[in-house]
Amino acid sequence: MDLKTTCLIVPLAPLAGAIIAGLFGRRIGRAGAHSITIIGVLVALVGSLLVANQVLMHGQSLNEVLYTWSMLGDVPLQIGFQIDPLTVLMMIVVTFVSLMVHIYTIGYMHDDPGYQRFFAYISLFTFSMLMLVMSNNFLQLFFGWEAVGLVSYLLIGFWYTRPTAIFANMKAFLVNRVGDFGFLLGIGLVLAHFGTLDYAQVFAKAPELKGETIELFTGTPWLMISVTCICLFIGAMGKSAQVPLHVWLPDSMEGPTPISALIHAATMVTAGIFMVARMSPLFELSDAARSFILVIGGTTAFFMALVATIQYDIKRVVAYSTLSQLGYMTVALGASAYGAGIFHLMTHAFFKAVLFLGAGSVIVALHHEQDMRQMGGLRRYMPITWITVLIAAISSAGIPGFAGFFSKDLIIEAVHGADLAGAGYAYACVLACTIVTAFYTFRMVFMAFHGEPRMDAHTREHLHESPWVITLPLVLLAIPAVVAGYLVGPIVFGDFFGGAIHYSPDHPVIHELAEEFHGAGAMMLEGLHGAPFWLSALGIAIAAYLYLFNPALAGRLRHWFRWPVRILENKYGFDDFNQTVFAGGALKTGSGLWKIGDVGIIDGALVNGTARLVGWAAGWMRGIQTGLIYHYAFAMIAGAFVLLTVWIWMVRG
Amino acid sequence: MRALQQGIEVQHSDSHTHDVAHGAAHGGDHGDAHQSGAAASMTGNPLWWGFGLLLIVLAWLAGRVLPVAGVSWLSVSIWLPIAGGVLMLAVGGDPARAGLVRQIALGSAVLGFLATVPLYVGFDVTAHGMQFTELSPWVERFHIQYHLGVDGISLVFLLLNSFITVLVVVAGWDVIRDRVSQYMAAFLIMSGLMNGVFAALDAILFYVFFEATLIPMYIVIGIWGGPNRVYAAFKFFLYTLLGSLLLLVAFVFLYNASGGSFSIEDFQNLPIPLETQKWLFFAFFAAFSVKVPMWPVHTWLPDAHVEAPTGGSAVLAAIMLKLGAYGFVRFSLPILPDASHAFAPFMITLSLVAVIYIGLVALVQTDMKKLVAYSSISHMGFVTLGFFIFSAAGIEGALVQMISHGFVSAAMFLCIGVLYDRMHTRNIADYGGVANRMPVFAAFMMLFAMANCGLPGTSGFVGEFMVILGAVQFNFWIGLLAASTLIWGAAYTLWMYKRVIFGAIANPAVAALADIDRREMVVLGLLALTVIGAGVFPAAMTDVMHVSIADLLQHLAQPKY
Repeated sequence: MDLKTTCLIVPLAPLAGAIIAGLFGRRIGRAGAHSITIIGVLVALVGSLLVANQVLMHGQSLNEVLYTWSMLGDVPLQIGFQIDPLTVLMMIVVTFVSLMVHIYTIGYMHDDPGYQRFFAYISLFTFSMLMLVMSNNFLQLFFGWEAVGLVSYLLIGFWYTRPTAIFANMKAFLVNRVGDFGFLLGIGLVLAHFGTLDYAQVFAKAPELKGETIELFTGTPWLMISVTCICLFIGAMGKSAQVPLHVWLPDSMEGPTPISALIHAATMVTAGIFMVARMSPLFELSDAARSFILVIGGTTAFFMALVATIQYDIKRVVAYSTLSQLGYMTVALGASAYGAGIFHLMTHAFFKAVLFLGAGSVIVALHHEQDMRQMGGLRRYMPITWITVLIAAISSAGIPGFAGFFSKDLIIEAVHGADLAGAGYAYACVLACTIVTAFYTFRMVFMAFHGEPRMDAHTREHLHESPWVITLPLVLLAIPAVVAGYLVGPIVFGDFFGGAIHYSPDHPVIHELAEEFHGAGAMMLEGLHGAPFWLSALGIAIAAYLYLFNPALAGRLRHWFRWPVRILENKYGFDDFNQTVFAGGALKTGSGLWKIGDVGIIDGALVNGTARLVGWAAGWMRGIQTGLIYHYAFAMIAGAFVLLTVWIWMVRG
Repeated sequence: MRALQQGIEVQHSDSHTHDVAHGAAHGGDHGDAHQSGAAASMTGNPLWWGFGLLLIVLAWLAGRVLPVAGVSWLSVSIWLPIAGGVLMLAVGGDPARAGLVRQIALGSAVLGFLATVPLYVGFDVTAHGMQFTELSPWVERFHIQYHLGVDGISLVFLLLNSFITVLVVVAGWDVIRDRVSQYMAAFLIMSGLMNGVFAALDAILFYVFFEATLIPMYIVIGIWGGPNRVYAAFKFFLYTLLGSLLLLVAFVFLYNASGGSFSIEDFQNLPIPLETQKWLFFAFFAAFSVKVPMWPVHTWLPDAHVEAPTGGSAVLAAIMLKLGAYGFVRFSLPILPDASHAFAPFMITLSLVAVIYIGLVALVQTDMKKLVAYSSISHMGFVTLGFFIFSAAGIEGALVQMISHGFVSAAMFLCIGVLYDRMHTRNIADYGGVANRMPVFAAFMMLFAMANCGLPGTSGFVGEFMVILGAVQFNFWIGLLAASTLIWGAAYTLWMYKRVIFGAIANPAVAALADIDRREMVVLGLLALTVIGAGVFPAAMTDVMHVSIADLLQHLAQPKY
């Protein structure tokens, strides 16, 4: 089988599964639906591995058009694949996590009436995400981009009778649309200035267009590439939930937990990171755009991590943690360390999936209780869940030896070495964030799994470890959450990405790091001396003291710091602001335009006013038509008199 | 006139005269059978499945079997539906013969659709100018000719129109019980007339068809419409008639200027001084902007939609609005290129106002039909915007948007019709949790709602995408304002969807709802296939347009004075 056929099968297999489970779900039943979709995703995973083998071992690559979607004047808009190491890495992450989540779903959703629908959705998601990462052009990228947004919308609102869920999914879609709005403008600028939407052609033309300017405001020329890149990055801010477009992600936790793991942690939210890495030949040309990225990423990383420290809902802790970690990846992109960003994307996909799925395992065991104050001591009842979550937490906190350490440490080092405007701020953010990350992650572990059980007696009696369909994915995902880190050498510093990621010679951050890099083992030893490690250790120690040894103090601290805590509880007021200003403002404007503009002026004054005027005139005319002959005779004489007068006047004049 | 005045008085009163209780009583009739909800199997005549498949097979066969040359397919596609309509009127309004009337209606609609297939199959995508031309004298004294022909711009609209007619006949199948023969005849005759508008190459012939389409639509709204139908019908008629009188004046002027020809192709090659072009542009604008409709002459449309029966709304949105936009691209742009350039800032401004202002107005509507009507105006803003940025992307996107809007708006109105037939209310607040009772319907409506907000993979995306790309190329800020539709469109569509379809079951009337039957499924299913097909492979539409658009652009680039 040649590479193109394999590549075609990879996305189409999950699509076929989705269509069958979606259209014939009732007929094939629950087992039928999960079997067919799991087979579809399994085929996709195997296909991805075959492709990886071809690309990585045999050095093949593929950039091929499948069909012409439409011509736009002389510009062909096409659907096609570009397969290179970056694509391959994403394909494997997506299909592997998706497969795990498919299996996990059998356990998590086993008593849900929408079982088949759920499998159809997650397979459809897998298809969309694969189309996104395999694309060789901006059109298909946007296709996948919005399609994953659609599935996310459908899945957040999966339990569509819940008011919170259907509010959250609309919010998610609209906030993402704000991002897509920027993204589409970026694509428009690309087409306008490069004359094509094909990646390879755009990237080839980029260097010669790097000096081109556009005047958005007369008199102030801006670099075209910078405007384009910032527009594209606004798209990434929506999808990858960067401040201030992050507001939808915490609410997306209204969806079932498996999709929180798959879509809102491991894959879809990283699409923005992937996109920027894919566009590295463009972003490398714009310091302004990368400065912007650094500031946004740093802000997201640190300030969202702070919110996680006060949450009690176990899923929300993980959600804010995801926001913060996405901030890390974004910072990496801004520091021109695309490889490190993608590497963190991969390790994060594994450890965050475990955290979410572990949280889900706990939630199921406690009959859909998500409040950590009702948990405690779960390690005795759920040892496998506990161990896997613990591993993921250590990885997340960046303790040497675990995957998260390698990727996170690299990012901190990279931004330390960057010399763009905003790099200092971003460095401070990500460094300070390490202590917060360690704190909230272990706060969660300690509150849920350690200490005294706080759930009611009835629940405690029925506590038991989740079935194998839930624990198996946890274990299978926990393994790469540890070992994936050891790929750091080949992936980040080797020529793994080849030409897929472009580093400008002016931004030698990765090369400088590569010179200092002497293998994963040395990096670990070095990490033990570094500030990030000690900050993480301190964070864990604080969490342990507050939540294991002196729980009363935690409550008192919350009271002492009640003002900052309130700010965090209000999530810095973003939601209130958006609700009042944007949502409320749009409704008020719309209502005003309608009532005053359409109903009042156009219809009321002009249209019906004209009709009234005509009606009034007609009434007046009707009054003249009396039907009395001497009235008409008088009118005739008067008319003749007037005409005669005018005639004489004109003849004489 | 008195009727209009009465209408004015009624207008400001609450138009939602049907209350929920009515819907509950109606739904209760067949509520029990469907209490099992999701497990209930589909009701309705199984023959409709066969019809759906048959239509696809016939369309495919028509493309292979029917001869491309030798038959005047344009005339057939105009007069065959009209003949069907006349036949139905002859059969008469006897309720006993309603079944026969329906069969005639479906038969002639399907044949009318099949007659357009050879046009598409036989169309030479590389050729310039008009194809399938037919020419015979009509009124020789004034050189008025029966002159037909299609190019890449008009061809697809004949297919769209004839296809939608089939769906409208099926959608009204047993919903319309009152004066069936007249209802069906009105739609079939209207379909033929609108094909005539798209095929006419003689200005007077165009004018006759253009004006004649008003009559059946006026009747459809005025007879089968809602409580305020007389006001709406009058408003619709007067608005559009007043606009088009100036069109006739412009045609007569051009007739004199061309030395005695009403041929549209002659008009296009006529040198006209700029000042004259501007006056003529205004005359065309008066006629076409009302039909599109462009802001601020749009207020007839929400009223007409709200009062029109489902089929009327579908045809109005899907085809009739396109007549105005088609007028711009057939007359204003090629005949008056310099005035078009001169007035472009004005046209672009009005288009952007339509996109944003109307998008915001749509957001606050409480009536589903009004919401979709406003959404139509907003989408048509993209069409006029695309035309007046004078690029391949803009014009092609505008044409695709017209076709896509034909599918999507028809689908949205038919979806609302499905709900209205059951609940007898269009008020959003009377709904909630429909998905619990109508999961299949909810899935279809989700697809169409997403198409309405321009999701990639649906036809709704293609046109908007192209126009936005063209607009960014033209001017970044215009592109930015146009692209904001991504947000407005999603906001009003999904907010409506959320309130109607999602949520817990809101009231007993919703609890008694039955999911769509096979007939409704065939209508929505065929539209769904088209919407997805056009979104995944739009080249099927755009390939036929390229040469004509390139010619038009070339024409636009040359000053005519």
